[in-house]
Amino acid sequence: MNMPATKIELETATSAASAAPVVAMTPKRPPRSEAYVRMARELAVRVIPPLVVVALLTLVWELVCRRAGSALPPPSKVFKDTKELILDPFFDHGGIDKGLFWHLSASLQRVAFGYSLSAIAGIALGVLVGQSVWAMRGLDPLFQVLRTIPPLAWLPLSLAAFRDGQPSAIFVIFITSIWPIIINTAVGIRNIPQDYRNVAAVVQLNPLEFFAKIMIPAAAPYIFTGLRIGIGLSWLAIIAAEMLIGGVGIGFFIWDAWNSSHISEIILALFYVGIVGFVLDRLIAGLGKFVTRGTALN
Amino acid sequence: MTAYLKLDHIDKIFTRGAATTEVLKDINLTIEKGQYVSIIGHSGCGKSTLLNIIAGLTGASTGGVLLENREVNSPGPDRAVVFQNHSLLPWLTVYENVKLGVDKVFAKTKSRAARDAWVMHNLNLVQMAHARDKRPSEISGGMKQRVGIARALAMEPKVLLLDEPFGALDALTRAHLQDSVMALHQKLGNTILMITHDVDEAVLLSDRIVMMTNGPSARIGEVLEVPLARPRKRLELATNATYLKCRQRVLEFLYERHRFVEAA
Repeated sequence: MNMPATKIELETATSAASAAPVVAMTPKRPPRSEAYVRMARELAVRVIPPLVVVALLTLVWELVCRRAGSALPPPSKVFKDTKELILDPFFDHGGIDKGLFWHLSASLQRVAFGYSLSAIAGIALGVLVGQSVWAMRGLDPLFQVLRTIPPLAWLPLSLAAFRDGQPSAIFVIFITSIWPIIINTAVGIRNIPQDYRNVAAVVQLNPLEFFAKIMIPAAAPYIFTGLRIGIGLSWLAIIAAEMLIGGVGIGFFIWDAWNSSHISEIILALFYVGIVGFVLDRLIAGLGKFVTRGTALN
Repeated sequence: MTAYLKLDHIDKIFTRGAATTEVLKDINLTIEKGQYVSIIGHSGCGKSTLLNIIAGLTGASTGGVLLENREVNSPGPDRAVVFQNHSLLPWLTVYENVKLGVDKVFAKTKSRAARDAWVMHNLNLVQMAHARDKRPSEISGGMKQRVGIARALAMEPKVLLLDEPFGALDALTRAHLQDSVMALHQKLGNTILMITHDVDEAVLLSDRIVMMTNGPSARIGEVLEVPLARPRKRLELATNATYLKCRQRVLEFLYERHRFVEAA
């Protein structure tokens, strides 16, 4: 019964081969210049619209604020006033009279410290709450209440506890950014498909291996969502906290500029704060993309 | 008959609040070493629950599972499962998915190089060595299931449990995989227990077919021996009298005596 079928197959195969001789074909590849043109076009599509919008807004701002007696300076004056700060961000005249680089770097150091602590503690607590029903029942209501407390409301309390500005600022960042990390990690852990748990059970992974090989990779997309919200919140919190605790830092730089009526410096600082916040967000998003590649469900 | 795997008076009762549902009632079954046994029944009859009990993923309410006269009640690589939806870990490559089990089972008995060779050997068995560095999302459904089989085989299980392994595949891929599983069974002589709802599949692959009645309180209704010589050829069997008779018996059981009653 098998034989005739095979034979027919053989016949068709040979006839097909004779009818259509194999011709070596060079794959058609577009010339390199064409690829460059396409890349340039894609770049232009992304870059030109925001540039146009920014140019228009700056123009409107200039027109509105150029009148004599306007409360805020126009962009041309901002640039003239802050030229030295822009051109030399690295000067250091002692005290808090430093270039913007040093202010930003002090703020970033606080964020790095507080945020790292909250990432570690947040993922650990999130795993606990996601994994244990009792931990969730006990802790989740607490988290839901605590997370609604505004960051700055913690500052007086932490100043009372630490009696120093530096650890208080770090604590405020920690307590602000930890909630989204906990909550998202817990959701990620709770959503690990039963299939993966079954696989781990059959293979007999021990709890530590289960944590490292199944739990963390499976929950990684959720964890990174939490981390990304967290970095945004901690950058929001540090500016406000620094305004109150003083010292070197972009937050206090803004407050100091306000006290000395250097409105142009405030505008420049806001510009830098926005850029740094954007870069931080992109950094975590990019890291998440890199780490979770392949984790998407198929 | 020497019992290799023995299901001894298994009952399973699910309790949710005040409501209790008896899913399985008094399941007794002995399976010999090297046998291919299928469990067939309508959906909802508790086939998968029974497989989970054997795998140790759920506990039986009463009764137990004996493997080589030892009671087994927790999951382990001696009863490797091929899951219905392949359950490959999407963040690992094909190779790493198989290696996960191998590293654990042979951590002490095989060297690193030997484990690597063993993973590749098993991927070769299912003709998937070419995709070793691909991720599950990059291969087809049939290929994923092949890798699932390789992962289970690589643990050298005493019993291989297949939970509707071909259910999610198209007809042609399914036939192809059935042939592969038959060839593997022939070559390696594994003891295999397969859950299925496909009559042809059950008759083609099995030495014995266990037919289950409808739930709740599903029992084993009938056990049918399939006295067909191996290796079996799909096309030859299409007209084989014994094959047709076996097929007829299963169909009668499923569609005359235990017709599927819509539960809801």
